[in-house]
Amino acid sequence: MRGLPLIDDPNLIVGMESADDAGVYKLSDDLAIIQTVDFFTPIVDDPYVFGQIAAANALSDVYAMGGIPLTAMNIVCFPIQTMDISILREILKGGLDKMREAGVTLVGGHSVEDPELKYGLSVTGRIHPSVVLTNVGAKAGDRLILTKPLGTGIINTAIKGGLATDESVESVTECMVRLNREASEVMQKIGANACTDITGFGLIGHALEMIQDTGKGMIIDASSVPLLPGAVDFSEMGLVPGGTYRNREFTISRTDIDPKLSPYVTDILFDPQTSGGLLIAVAEDRAEEMVEELKKAGIDEATIIGKIVDEPGERIVVTE
Amino acid sequence: MTNIIDARGLACPQPVINTKKALETIEEGVVTVVVDNVAARDNVRRFAESQGCTVTVEEKEGDYHLDIAKGFVCEIESRSEETRENDNIVVYINSNTMGAGDDELGRILMEAFLKTLIVAAPRPRKLIFANSGVKLAIEGSDVLEYITQMEKKGVEVLSCGTCLDFFRLKEKLRVGVLSNMYDIIESLMEADKVVSP
Repeated sequence: MRGLPLIDDPNLIVGMESADDAGVYKLSDDLAIIQTVDFFTPIVDDPYVFGQIAAANALSDVYAMGGIPLTAMNIVCFPIQTMDISILREILKGGLDKMREAGVTLVGGHSVEDPELKYGLSVTGRIHPSVVLTNVGAKAGDRLILTKPLGTGIINTAIKGGLATDESVESVTECMVRLNREASEVMQKIGANACTDITGFGLIGHALEMIQDTGKGMIIDASSVPLLPGAVDFSEMGLVPGGTYRNREFTISRTDIDPKLSPYVTDILFDPQTSGGLLIAVAEDRAEEMVEELKKAGIDEATIIGKIVDEPGERIVVTE
Repeated sequence: MTNIIDARGLACPQPVINTKKALETIEEGVVTVVVDNVAARDNVRRFAESQGCTVTVEEKEGDYHLDIAKGFVCEIESRSEETRENDNIVVYINSNTMGAGDDELGRILMEAFLKTLIVAAPRPRKLIFANSGVKLAIEGSDVLEYITQMEKKGVEVLSCGTCLDFFRLKEKLRVGVLSNMYDIIESLMEADKVVSP
């Protein structure tokens, strides 16, 4: 959209100027709607699981804004000439089950014929206009909490190569189908300064969005970042998706990595995530409490992985 | 005999999978893999090195040619390289610092030595730690990563058991194996060359 004249509207609270997760539009002084859309090609073989992942991924943008998803519409691209319709049924069933879990009502959808299968949702949610949580807003001293382990891109590559272990297949699936709802609820209860969900640009890419044009910097403690089992081993074996290298190339000029760190570990910080966790910036004195509450809500991997700093501005320093 | 795998135009992880299959079919020898992008190049190199192979990369007309040597191969380099590759070099480290004079400087030098050793050619066959040198191979050591990388490249890492006992660090050894004076003497005697920092 860069360079195109955008439409001005005083009720648009979060629009396209920032790299935010979803759009927010004010309807009245105490009500705004959140809108988002996301769909993609299958990343797992099981159609039911793919449906669940695609829905959890699309819903995540609403959770990352601190909102409550209300309704959704299916988006389907399907090769009806060459693929059995029962596969589509399983995908839709997976999506529907996730929507039910999220308390979201399916109100419709649209499908087109396409040689390449794709599925996702357009989601509408609600939020109070005064509590919208965007990417930016983090303050120096804030702690950064990550709510899901990293490595889905690398492990999915290992799965494609037939080299993944049962343990990593299980944990990556559980990670991708999990809603960010509980994480979002805890975040709203304790109070946060900024939030984004970790998806295609990887941890570093989305973390940079958090400090972009704010003058603030960030320190990430690599050893505290939760990783999916097998991620480091597969990284070392070269089962790294092209997107990881592209993300790295795109962001490395704004990142300072301690040379003592193994590249097999640091590459995972650039790994594109599917249905990743929330990255939450929270005041230092509430950080421990938030981690505790997240764990109580069943989010065992929730960890403080770093902090916001004044210097160096708009850079991420990755320490050992 | 050289196997050539053309993995150009293939998306990750296919170049790695094809390399894996090719390496599995040979006991030792050279497999050349041709790829056309940096991601595939780095992935194939990582894979081969994780399997203990030696990799040399050459860029030719926008493609990358990776010569992957499995086992003790000596045909890939020139004759002078050949004998060097085959030398049994043992690196013997009997202190956690390099040289005498200033301990802080000695630590910096030791770190640089081990870091450089990872990429040094020819690669040593063994790395032996004795006396305070064993402190380099234990949990919390600044250079543990470098030693681990060398071990992954096939360098045998030995630490003197008596020394670890003396410093009460036996439980903290994180790379390589515990060794004894008999093995250490044998390794030093059999070596073509012993290098000490």
